[in-house]
Amino acid sequence: MSRAPRSRGANGWLLSAPALILLLIAANGPLLIIAVYSFLEPGDYSGVRWIFSGDAWFRILFHRDIFDGTVSLADANLSIFWRSIKLSLITTLITFAFGLPTAWFIATRPAKQRAIWLFLITIPFWTNLLIRTFAIMEVIRNQGLLNTALMNMGLITEPIQILYTDTAVLIGMTYVYLPLMVLPLFAAIDRFDFRLIEAGYDLYGSRLKVLRSVILPIIKPGIIAGCILVFTPSLGAYVTPRVLGGGKNMMIGNFIELQFGQGQNWPLGAALSLILLLSVLVALTIYAAVSRREKPS
Amino acid sequence: MDHEFAVEARHTIKTFGRGASAVNALDDVSIGIRKGEFFTLLGPSGCGKTTLLRCVAGFETPTSGTILLSGQDITSTPPNQRRVNTVFQSYALFPHLTVAGNVGFGLQMLGKSKLEVNETVARVLALVQLEDLADRLPAQLSGGQQQRVALARALAPAPEVLLLDEPLSALDLKLRKAMQIELKRLQTETGITFVFVTHDQEEALTMSDRIGVMSGGKLLQVGTPRDIYDRPVNRFVADFIGETNFLPAKVVPGGVCLKTGDVLSVPTGDRAGEVAVAVRPEQIGLTSAGGGTLDATVVEATYFGTDTHVHLQLSDGSLLVARVPSAQAIQPAKGDVLGLRLDTSAMQVLAP
Repeated sequence: MSRAPRSRGANGWLLSAPALILLLIAANGPLLIIAVYSFLEPGDYSGVRWIFSGDAWFRILFHRDIFDGTVSLADANLSIFWRSIKLSLITTLITFAFGLPTAWFIATRPAKQRAIWLFLITIPFWTNLLIRTFAIMEVIRNQGLLNTALMNMGLITEPIQILYTDTAVLIGMTYVYLPLMVLPLFAAIDRFDFRLIEAGYDLYGSRLKVLRSVILPIIKPGIIAGCILVFTPSLGAYVTPRVLGGGKNMMIGNFIELQFGQGQNWPLGAALSLILLLSVLVALTIYAAVSRREKPS
Repeated sequence: MDHEFAVEARHTIKTFGRGASAVNALDDVSIGIRKGEFFTLLGPSGCGKTTLLRCVAGFETPTSGTILLSGQDITSTPPNQRRVNTVFQSYALFPHLTVAGNVGFGLQMLGKSKLEVNETVARVLALVQLEDLADRLPAQLSGGQQQRVALARALAPAPEVLLLDEPLSALDLKLRKAMQIELKRLQTETGITFVFVTHDQEEALTMSDRIGVMSGGKLLQVGTPRDIYDRPVNRFVADFIGETNFLPAKVVPGGVCLKTGDVLSVPTGDRAGEVAVAVRPEQIGLTSAGGGTLDATVVEATYFGTDTHVHLQLSDGSLLVARVPSAQAIQPAKGDVLGLRLDTSAMQVLAP
């Protein structure tokens, strides 16, 4: 009798073993390899040499002159980090500015229509990223749809250079990540009790004040979720800045790729990947902290 | 200039929908609610009482007609610029704000100083006996407490008129009775005009200075609870407020003639032809057969403690209910033939 629970426990471990092995080997194993590689020396052409070195981590922020050995801040790297963070933040803001009215619109449709609108929002999401990115390129390039239309209308005489600028990257990322903002916002607004707006107006709140003091604080969890869902992949974006930014406007994703490719510095690439992971963890921690404060016990 | 009316509606019409499916939620309603009055809009659901309240609050704009607040036309004034506050049926408390935050919301929106907000919030919370719960969130309160917060929140900015949209409907009977007394006390203490919407006729009778009875978007009768109970203008009002027996009759010289052939000498006013005579169950007394105005057979007698409800059948087959004190000499039993003493001065002759 007393053996039954014990054997069931052992069976439990046995049954969950495939999942555990998969988690350890497939998910955390590669991460461990990346962490180890970041502390090794780069190989001559690619790969690593099994010699411990903190050089990769040092080189993320600092630059050592090859002739006199003086140390200075790695301006080139810092500008790539800064551009990544800046473009990701702006993308988050733009997707929020477009996403909030969109989510509001969908949430206020009759129940039957909502599924259709949500479907329309998510269709691009199920389409290949590369194809969508090239489609945007087709629209904004100098002889593309936008410039041709503007020139035919006589609004401009020379095509506007949008492709291969930060603007192009922003347009691309906004388009790609908008659904990730709209969906959590929709979920939050869908739960929102619209009678609270009437209560706000009734208590002398103007439209703007009701938005700021009633609506935004209540849908805040949705806003934070949307911002993190957009900011995180934006920060690591690779295809969009590569295709629309033209290679010279790099973001962290492209910089990492460079280290594993032409740069032939795997440890640096590994260290950069971990930095990216770390920033995401920081963002998630902030989210957890804020949402915990929202629900005091 | 001092206006007699705190709220006035003139020929207010509100139509929902268009074309063939259009419905008049308010059908030419004119009403004047006096300053400092506890006024109740009473009617069944869908009668337009809430629509009228929402027109006063500013959440609905009348299709035509005018709404006045202290003599000023506010028909197209947005709700946040009307010195009117609402206690919502669902309470609509802000879930992200504490009790104090909710109560102080209106004052903050009005741009009052922090000191003034805090003082008023403390005073109003004391008024509704919630001082100890100032830092709680709405989700941590019981239904009755949420109700008080909603009330305090609407009272805090000291509006000219307080609108209450069936605020007690979600409470259980005992709490509802307590809140009825509480509301009446608050109204007397603050002197604010209360416009109370309910479908509960008992609630309306016990709390109100005056009642407006509505049905089908029309205002049928306005008067004190006693007026409305004793002198209903039509069959609907008589039936909706309290219990009433309706006896079909015909106007004859000097009174009305029932289907049984008995003639009752009641004032008929200018009515003629077919009418309905309204008799309240408590206005019927029982006596021995032949001793009253007319005779009836007891169908059933139900004992209710102090009262006994006696179901009676007249000789023409029509049924009526009498409510008599259980302690009286005559103990009606099924099948008994009894005489009915009718207080003809209290009976109403209404359109059939």
